[in-house]
Amino acid sequence: MVSIASSGRGGRSSAVAGIGVDARRRARRRTAVLAPLLVLALAASIVVATTIGSADLAVGDVLRGILSHLGLGANPLDPLRDGIVWGLRVPRVLTAAAVGAGLAIAGAVMQALTRNQLADPYLLGLSSGASLGAVTVILLGVAVALPAAAFGGALLALAATLGLAGALGAITPTRTVLAGVAVSSLAGAATSFAIFWSSEQDSYREILGWLLGSLAGARWSAVGIAGVAVLVIGIPLLLSGRILDAFSFGDTTAASLGIGVQRTRWLLLGATALLTGALVAVSGSIGFVGLVLPHAVRLVVGPGHRTLLPLSALVGATFLIWADTLARSVFAPRELPVGIVTALIGAPVFALLLARRRSEA
Amino acid sequence: MSADAGGSTGGSSATAERGMSAEAAGATSWDRSRDGGLRVADLTVRIGDRPVVDAATFSAPPGALTALVGPNGAGKSSLLRAVAGADRPAAGTMRLDGADLGALGRRERARRVAFVEQDAGTELPLSVEAVVGLGRTPYGALLGGPDRESADAVDAAIASAGIEHLRGREITRLSGGERQRVLLARALAQHPRLLLLDEPTNHLDIAAQLAALTLLRRLTGEGVTVLAALHDLGLAAAWADDVVVLHAGRVVAEGAPLATLTPELLVEVYRVRASWLSDPATGRPVLAASPLA
Repeated sequence: MVSIASSGRGGRSSAVAGIGVDARRRARRRTAVLAPLLVLALAASIVVATTIGSADLAVGDVLRGILSHLGLGANPLDPLRDGIVWGLRVPRVLTAAAVGAGLAIAGAVMQALTRNQLADPYLLGLSSGASLGAVTVILLGVAVALPAAAFGGALLALAATLGLAGALGAITPTRTVLAGVAVSSLAGAATSFAIFWSSEQDSYREILGWLLGSLAGARWSAVGIAGVAVLVIGIPLLLSGRILDAFSFGDTTAASLGIGVQRTRWLLLGATALLTGALVAVSGSIGFVGLVLPHAVRLVVGPGHRTLLPLSALVGATFLIWADTLARSVFAPRELPVGIVTALIGAPVFALLLARRRSEA
Repeated sequence: MSADAGGSTGGSSATAERGMSAEAAGATSWDRSRDGGLRVADLTVRIGDRPVVDAATFSAPPGALTALVGPNGAGKSSLLRAVAGADRPAAGTMRLDGADLGALGRRERARRVAFVEQDAGTELPLSVEAVVGLGRTPYGALLGGPDRESADAVDAAIASAGIEHLRGREITRLSGGERQRVLLARALAQHPRLLLLDEPTNHLDIAAQLAALTLLRRLTGEGVTVLAALHDLGLAAAWADDVVVLHAGRVVAEGAPLATLTPELLVEVYRVRASWLSDPATGRPVLAASPLA
């Protein structure tokens, strides 16, 4: 082994390093404070959001009701209210949390893999493919579950994108993005054509809700799909931060650090696409979360992916819970597609963060 | 991972050795056919159908600084990338201290060979500490964070490259010379036995060039084998133990700098008329060159 002269590091070097270490320590301290706060905020959001809605319920009753389903204590709620809490609100809030976390992770990973700031989870044609699958089922009345059709459409689009990128040569970031644009456009055009050709009043609203993203239909099955996807795919992706940092220096450096570049990129792209496909299947394509949230978190904690990914997941989960709560309560009993709300709140918040960052620099 | 080697002793003794090797004109005690270091045989790298490195055979002695020289487009970068494991060669073998690099797993290889690319930038404003930490990628778990040993290795690499004062800075805000030192520290954190560098003095001012080369000399003093592509033949002659001359993908000469970079060879390879002078102050070789008439 090479021995690097380290005897000289001690008092002298740390005194010299004072300024730099301070800045670093400040960033670390910020992360150390933020992480537990965000976990608390998420937990509190899950509970509080379940109490909000047209049937007013006390926080304590909701808590005891949820605990009773977990086998703790008696349920203070009558069957109707229990049905609202445990059958509708809890699964909806949990789905929002899982989808928000998953989209934020998928967006951050996609931005790193493609080295493109404008990348989002739907970049590889996934949302267009899912939309086409869903719209086809809605319009033709085929006896296939909507999530299954959407997931199938997303996977077909992914296969088309990667196939096209592969046909151009090695899978490079630029080729992947370009192929995704081509597939998105085609699937989008096909979807528009299908709607234009055959849509009637009823299906029109259902389709539009789906295209803009909505959690209105989220039940426990949705919690299962999104939750399993986030646990099985999202958590391993959270741990890939160092690999993504290495990718930011380009393929040659990543390879010289012992990373199998092509294989790793395929794996991460595939995992991200599967995760996104599962999320799109339960919620439609909710914009903004995957594209802008990672940037917002990056502005606060810095670009290192080992911190960025988990914090983005926490912020994404909390953000989507509240966006969806607003979507279903502001114009109650009418619902807004949550995608409208995410953009309406998110864009100004992001603009503020950008402005603050600029005045700091 | 002991830290007992004297880091500061490299300078003067290495200079003396260099002077001797220049005079001895290749008659070194190192046996090219038998000993450690890097030995490359019949290495061919193709881009499409075109061989950019063509059956290259050469050696880089252990614990020595070998300069890879040659005109633009000679294949220096392609050769380094192949040795670093970034590109798969079409043919040939590469052995480091006797071990076949091609037969090693990626991570095992990255623990022995580190590569500092030319102008390897990132748009990501990572902290210097995080960048150096990437050098620990081949160690420990691929997923997840660094362990205690890695943190120590990062500290040592930062100290060795003399960049303690940059530790918390963003790499995107550093000068070219500072960034070069950070990337070198990242390579050191890999604990390589072979360090490859592509034009490590490119874009650096003269002081930063000499600082970079001084650091490389110190590493060779600690036993690291260094192979660096260099454009500046004067620097190569003054600082390297050995040169390997690449021309149109082929190794056309190798050996001690002054004995290898003869005026005849420089005419043939670079199409320049050149002669070696001696710096009256230090005795180091200086190249005077002019275009062929």
